[in-house]
Amino acid sequence: MLIKRPDDIPSSEITSESAWLKRRQFIGGSAAMALMPALGRAKATGAPLDYLSAGDNPLPGSTTNEALTPYEDVTVYNNFYEFGTGKGDPAKYAHEMSVDPWSLVVDGEVEKPGKLNLEDIQAGFDLEERIYRLRCVEAWSMVVPWVGYSLADLLKRFQPTSKARYVQFYTLHDPKQMRGQRSFSSSIDWPYVEGLRMDEAMHPLTMMAVGVYGKVMPNQNGAPIRLVVPWKYGFKSIKSIVRIRFTEKRPRTTWEFLAPHEYGFYANVNPQVDHPRWSQKTERRLPSTFFTPNRIDTQMFNGYGEQVAQLYKGMDLRRNY
Amino acid sequence: MTHPAIKPAVFLLCLLPFAMLFLGALQGELGPDPAEHIMHVTGEWGGRILILTLLITPLRQRWGVLIRLRRMLGLFVFFYACLHLLTYGHFFLGWELGRLAEELIERPYITVGFSAWLLMLPLAVTSTNAWQRRLRKRWQQLHTLIYPAALLFAVHVAWLSRSDFGQALFFGLCVAGLLGWRVWRVRAAP
Repeated sequence: MLIKRPDDIPSSEITSESAWLKRRQFIGGSAAMALMPALGRAKATGAPLDYLSAGDNPLPGSTTNEALTPYEDVTVYNNFYEFGTGKGDPAKYAHEMSVDPWSLVVDGEVEKPGKLNLEDIQAGFDLEERIYRLRCVEAWSMVVPWVGYSLADLLKRFQPTSKARYVQFYTLHDPKQMRGQRSFSSSIDWPYVEGLRMDEAMHPLTMMAVGVYGKVMPNQNGAPIRLVVPWKYGFKSIKSIVRIRFTEKRPRTTWEFLAPHEYGFYANVNPQVDHPRWSQKTERRLPSTFFTPNRIDTQMFNGYGEQVAQLYKGMDLRRNY
Repeated sequence: MTHPAIKPAVFLLCLLPFAMLFLGALQGELGPDPAEHIMHVTGEWGGRILILTLLITPLRQRWGVLIRLRRMLGLFVFFYACLHLLTYGHFFLGWELGRLAEELIERPYITVGFSAWLLMLPLAVTSTNAWQRRLRKRWQQLHTLIYPAALLFAVHVAWLSRSDFGQALFFGLCVAGLLGWRVWRVRAAP
């Protein structure tokens, strides 16, 4: 047996003091972790989530029998202009954004303004799965199993006042992490802003999603928390939210500001009202292939009319597009 | 520059984007939305080769042999424009020609793009030596149709852009510069 004498050991093999300290800290951290309740831990992208599965979800409209768009497609074909306008850009560059730590500020017309951190966002609510159709204003669509909770559950915690008539949402604005916000040729006035009427925001189908396909949300899909409003065009479903503000006046949204004659505040899916530059009568259900383009008819309110049509009773949806 | 391999090499280079699309379509590797991908690739390459075609005249002042590439480049522009149009017919119209009429009336960017293709059609047809001889001086006149076609192409791109004007700016500046140079030359000539 070979026993090395101290001067045989190369200095490169001797643990430096700083590395030793780091190990101590790591062991200490693990001990602290073990003492904390399992739910209190923020989970990394792709980690599995605990949730009520869509099959057991009693909420009308929360599931569908249509074929799911595969995970590989849901996570590589995205519109998230903060990372570039190409469909593949978000999947390529969204890793440049860090979601841990995260803070979501809730303010405006509320009794109890406050803040949620990553752990609150992911584990502070009962998670459930919902399988929704997602219809993009560009005339393509997907079927996606989201994991999250009703936006209403989140909003109620902050007790909106009687003056709160609208809810405004803001995406993270950080050009250092989001290369699309550094683009010279973009005409978007960052941050990306969206809004809903109070009754739309409180509707049980309106969802805050923190995961997809049973796993923690990938960055390109709007980690750590995004809105999903299944009866509206996809651009309403704002991603990577850092602020929710209750307002008395209707907020002006990013696309409405950019091209008001093309994108309205409501943006309800409506095959009878075309986008000025293309038809909204049909959609390409993804994945589509050259031999099976998969072109299907677009449904009013994206097929959620039974649940949401009463929100717009008496409104002229041609004018309020 | 006069090397005999240059023309076939340029031919193969121009064919490369199409070859990639063709292989991708066969293997189902064009992503979840091939319609969008093929439209982008054929539109962008048609536009790029159009710019190269329009560059030949200014550059041949210096490098006269470039003229040997112009017809081939022009035909590639038409080739990609045809693929662009066929993709549109296949994925977006589903070959319902009634809808084409509707789209041409209601969507100006499609009207403009389609007009650019129509203007190029006689140029492609008369691109042979026989037609060139038959038309003589008229041939030259006919082929100035590429100028309005280029302008319509630039308008088509500008009309398509939504929040990012990078591509519209690039093609707009190229077309403006190349047509502007021609106007300047005609004016400057005695």
